[in-house]
Amino acid sequence: MVTGETILTVEGLRLHFDVRRGGRHLQVRAVDDVSLSLREREVLGIVGESGSGKTTVGRSIMRLAQPQAGRVVFRGRDVLRQGGEGLNDLRLRIRMVFQDPYASLNPRRSIGDSVAEAGDINGVFTGRADRQRRIAESLTNVGLDPSLAGRYPHELSGGQRQRVGIARAILPVPDVVIADEPVSALDVSIQAQVLNLLSDLRERLGLSMILISHDIGVIGHMSDRVAVMYMGRIVEFGEAREVIDRPSHPYTVALMAAVPKPDPSLRIAGTIAASEPPSQFDRPEGCAYAPRCPLANDRCRVEAPVLRPVGTQVVACHNALPG
Amino acid sequence: MFAVDNLTVSVGPQARPIDIVDRVSFSILRGEVLGLVGESGCGKSMTSLAAMGLLPKPGPRIRSGRVLLDGADVTRLEPWQRVEAGHDAMAMIFQEPMTSLNPVRRVGDQIVEAVRVREQISAAAAKERARELLELVRIPDAALQLSAYPHQLSGGMRQRVMIAIALATRPRVLIADEPTTALDVTVQFQILGLLRELCVRFDIAMLFITHDMGVIAQLADRVAVMYAGRIVETAAVKDLFAAPNHPYSRSLMACMPIRGAGTARLRTISGQAPQPGSMLAGCAFAARCPEARESCRSVAPAHLESAAGHEVLCSYPVTDGRPW
Repeated sequence: MVTGETILTVEGLRLHFDVRRGGRHLQVRAVDDVSLSLREREVLGIVGESGSGKTTVGRSIMRLAQPQAGRVVFRGRDVLRQGGEGLNDLRLRIRMVFQDPYASLNPRRSIGDSVAEAGDINGVFTGRADRQRRIAESLTNVGLDPSLAGRYPHELSGGQRQRVGIARAILPVPDVVIADEPVSALDVSIQAQVLNLLSDLRERLGLSMILISHDIGVIGHMSDRVAVMYMGRIVEFGEAREVIDRPSHPYTVALMAAVPKPDPSLRIAGTIAASEPPSQFDRPEGCAYAPRCPLANDRCRVEAPVLRPVGTQVVACHNALPG
Repeated sequence: MFAVDNLTVSVGPQARPIDIVDRVSFSILRGEVLGLVGESGCGKSMTSLAAMGLLPKPGPRIRSGRVLLDGADVTRLEPWQRVEAGHDAMAMIFQEPMTSLNPVRRVGDQIVEAVRVREQISAAAAKERARELLELVRIPDAALQLSAYPHQLSGGMRQRVMIAIALATRPRVLIADEPTTALDVTVQFQILGLLRELCVRFDIAMLFITHDMGVIAQLADRVAVMYAGRIVETAAVKDLFAAPNHPYSRSLMACMPIRGAGTARLRTISGQAPQPGSMLAGCAFAARCPEARESCRSVAPAHLESAAGHEVLCSYPVTDGRPW
């Protein structure tokens, strides 16, 4: 893929939530020391189970969540220290597409108003005609008829709504789009249309993209590089082809094995040993994956592994499989 | 055996009914899993609710057709009438266990309640049976978890509790409506394995509803593909995946993102499924069909048996073994 300079880096991001359960103070380590880099025009996939912290990473970059430590640098600017004007400008450069196209559009605003919202707030438009033109352009870019601008969300199908969600993200012609589960609420036939659209837009507008999904099929299809997250940490990171086809971390291996393959001859017989993710509240000492890991030994239960190079990827595992 | 025969479910005025489930027929043997696959709005959930006698009221109604449980016609029986008549050996599990479980009652009590619907046994015996059921669905520390509330359990564990409640009535038929859609793949994997095992062990006929062709391939013995209220293809799972005959089944398989396929464009199905009531003459899929001919838009397709046990609702099915 055509990828170049680093456009966005995340360093040592940490976000812990304090919660009270049954009178006890507990801590959820939603994101724990996560570092990433996004290159120009690349699609970086983040994959993991629910609760792995993948969404919180995306929201932290957008400043929709407030991390306690770490740095996010976008084109030399420290994202976490921006305020006022700087933050507004940043939110035009980095845009987000959300999972639920039903919940992310205001039901009482017309499609055109929703698409133009970021532009309206930031005084992007030079006048009425310019505003109309930009709305029409955005809608056309996502394959919608510009006449939909006067309609309301309830008049649209799920696929159309997600296109509107994308149209409002690209209206200011951003540099980075963070798409958080953009297709998981859609039917497969519509999902394919929206994924193709995202690929097209990346080409045409030269976007860099962070794609967050629990679906390895989607991540493997779209991404240039992939980060696998488990309980707030990146456990494997590398070229998509390597991570997906030759996973090194036992968790990535398990994740791949659990995806139902559309081939009855690859049917897995009987039941499998894999257990459920542990509670967020009592994170194991040592490696968080150890209680579920078939390769875990005594060292794994006391010493948390750090990311280290294994083959072409980086892997946080004492017993990483060599590809 | 469980069978649905020519079932039509309609909404709207009696004089001008709109069929949201249209002449659907299938049968499931005991110990067999039939996968019912289709996209949202195709009528798969309405089919299952109609079969269970659980259609919301007022609203959709069964206009014609029959639901047969071991030969007995239960179509018009309310759930309580089914219990009285002894035709209640059917259970259902849903997508979101949190909304199906009572949040303010302990899971043990909820299982005991289901046990005692069918068996007149003492509270202590019912509780013992509830513990056995939790062990059956592999909930660790079953005796302890009887006193847990639903919110204290993970999504996967809640779905296991739902399965335990379904099994409490010793069903001969189990309808599972997207039971793993809200779960992580690793948990889904285990629940699918559990369902298959229980189905074989207790000789249950299972109707498994999903939109995921991958899940179908992993679990089902036979598949029925549904589109716009009709079943358009029925086949043994290996036959369907080897050679889908209906252009819609082929398109559904082709648009799945498959790992390792690179970043080539995904195949798509153009347009959208027709709204119920807006369907014109001819085949409902014609407008989106890559194989459609002129006559498809005017002549309704008939059911064809393209091979033994492989039925397709299409005037021009793809039977030349082309890969999808």
